[in-house]
Amino acid sequence: MEATPQEPKKKKSRISAVDVRSFGKGSNIVFNIIVFLFALSCLLPFFFVVIISLTSENALTVNGYQLWPKEWSISAYTFLAQNGAQLLRSLGVTVFITVFGTIINTTITSTYAYSISRSNFKFKRFFTIFCLITMLFAPGMVANYIVVTNLLHLNDTIWALILPMAMSPFNAIVMRTFFKRQVSDSIIEAARIDGASETRILLQIVLPLAVPGIATISLFAALGFWNDWFNALLYIQNDNLVPLQYYLMRIQSNIEMLTKNLGAGSQYASSLAAVPKEATRMAMVVISTVPIVITYPFFQKYFVKGLTIGGVKE
Amino acid sequence: MSVNQGAATGESRETQQLEKLAQQKRPNKFVKMLRNNGTFILFCLPGALWMIFFFYIPVFANVVAFKEFHFSPNGFIDSLITSPWVGWKNFEFLFKSNDAWLITRNTVLYNVGFITLNLIISVFFAIVMSMLRNGRLTKLYQTWMLLPYFLSWVIISYFVYAFLSPDKGLINSMIVATGGKRINWYIEPMYWPYILLFIGTWKGIGYNSILYFATVMGIDPTYFEAAEVDGANKWQQIKHITLPSLIPLMTLMTILAVGRIFSADFGLFYNVPMQSGSLYNVTQVFDTYVFKGLKATGDLGMSSAASLFQSTVGFVVLMVSNAVVRHIDPESALF
Repeated sequence: MEATPQEPKKKKSRISAVDVRSFGKGSNIVFNIIVFLFALSCLLPFFFVVIISLTSENALTVNGYQLWPKEWSISAYTFLAQNGAQLLRSLGVTVFITVFGTIINTTITSTYAYSISRSNFKFKRFFTIFCLITMLFAPGMVANYIVVTNLLHLNDTIWALILPMAMSPFNAIVMRTFFKRQVSDSIIEAARIDGASETRILLQIVLPLAVPGIATISLFAALGFWNDWFNALLYIQNDNLVPLQYYLMRIQSNIEMLTKNLGAGSQYASSLAAVPKEATRMAMVVISTVPIVITYPFFQKYFVKGLTIGGVKE
Repeated sequence: MSVNQGAATGESRETQQLEKLAQQKRPNKFVKMLRNNGTFILFCLPGALWMIFFFYIPVFANVVAFKEFHFSPNGFIDSLITSPWVGWKNFEFLFKSNDAWLITRNTVLYNVGFITLNLIISVFFAIVMSMLRNGRLTKLYQTWMLLPYFLSWVIISYFVYAFLSPDKGLINSMIVATGGKRINWYIEPMYWPYILLFIGTWKGIGYNSILYFATVMGIDPTYFEAAEVDGANKWQQIKHITLPSLIPLMTLMTILAVGRIFSADFGLFYNVPMQSGSLYNVTQVFDTYVFKGLKATGDLGMSSAASLFQSTVGFVVLMVSNAVVRHIDPESALF
């Protein structure tokens, strides 16, 4: 009722807000150029790598990496299509740990956060502090390594890539604030009076309300798993369990690894020198980056929202 | 009549049941507690277990810094018990070597650089982007600027290599084209402090500036209107309205960063310089040093001593910086 007369006023103030906050026309151009140049510097390296991957090996040897190569070629990609067994294997490992790990991480983190957000949980204080303590002190790489290899015996198993990142205490605390803000006690109380169980309250009432927060933490988890090379560096020796990022790391320090598993029947088997190693390496960088480049502009909305969903304090 | 009877017996049965329930409940507090909190405890259990195995046990496993540790095939407890105590010996070795000073200096100085650059540049971009006239363009810039934040250090190190490769890199080609001499980037330590500071800051600017940007956009526009009416120019508006409203977030981000001043981003210092030996003096930080001891040289004693030293000093720094902030402005403190 009151909204109708207010609407034109609101619109008016928004228009003037743009004018009041913004630069004058002249400085607007100058600052646009500055921001544009920096933004371009963030995008350019990716396209540069794409271009390198599409350069012929011959041009790479003669002219080095060029922004506009003398000779284009897709030989790197055809090479990978024919001999990319290890790449496919690593891609499989990465996709598996990303999907599976994200589900585990999101489930553990949000159920924990939900419990400590509920005012009628008797031990909420204990579990909150239990979680907060983990942020004050870092146990350190050596201690973690000893526990994972010697106590849990996860060395050279797929679990070594999943379990160390199966929960994030920081996200649990952020989500706790989010749950408290987003889901009012009265809704939960009403459901309880109607006889809903706690599990049902979580699944049917709280979850739909918490979608933005859960989307954000699963996003971070997925990125963490996709980009992980550190746990592989520590715990994985078996070629079959090497994730994409770690595979890239290995061929960075030793490009010859690319030709390690070439089958005898391959057309490159007779002349290893013909393998477009430089371009292939960059093509693999492109392949492991493209999923992020394509998807992140879409989940940016959630991501930016997630940044502001809740401080550590209430 | 029969209906009435049925109702009566039903009622009495109900009261009987209630009494029975009450009798069961009263003596057993535990069952009642479990009934009210069981689901929550169940929800907390996986997370709590994870923290026990990936935080609490590792914290205590730090005693290896005081032991000459060997891995026992009989498992964790056996390894801990059978490794002999050596007291502070590991620490003595660490501090007698030049490494301790070198890695502390590098870690702290790089972090001071990151904190300063990050603060200035992110706030600059946040304010500038909030003042650009075209909102859609601003959003596009932000999307571009976020890309490096989402990529792993492995990928970033390939990006850097595309520019700095000694024989194929773009920068050397440009130097040669203008008549200069090739620079062998990966063995020249003098450039690396700048390269690492640049790359480390560049990767995070998109993220940090969006954080500040959200706060700037949240400022009530009437402040700016009033300032405009009073004749304040843009710079005065920034100085007296925008910056003061950013101070709480700037403080929070800075304490968080200062609390982590003894930890370095392992990927940046390990992957980007491609573990080049001649760069160790300028690229060695706590995390890379600990890793080297753990995986490459197998010097677990020194490595665990460095690790515990790092964690302890980091903890103290976090506590002190939080206490200082709480003293100045309790609202901005972490806890």
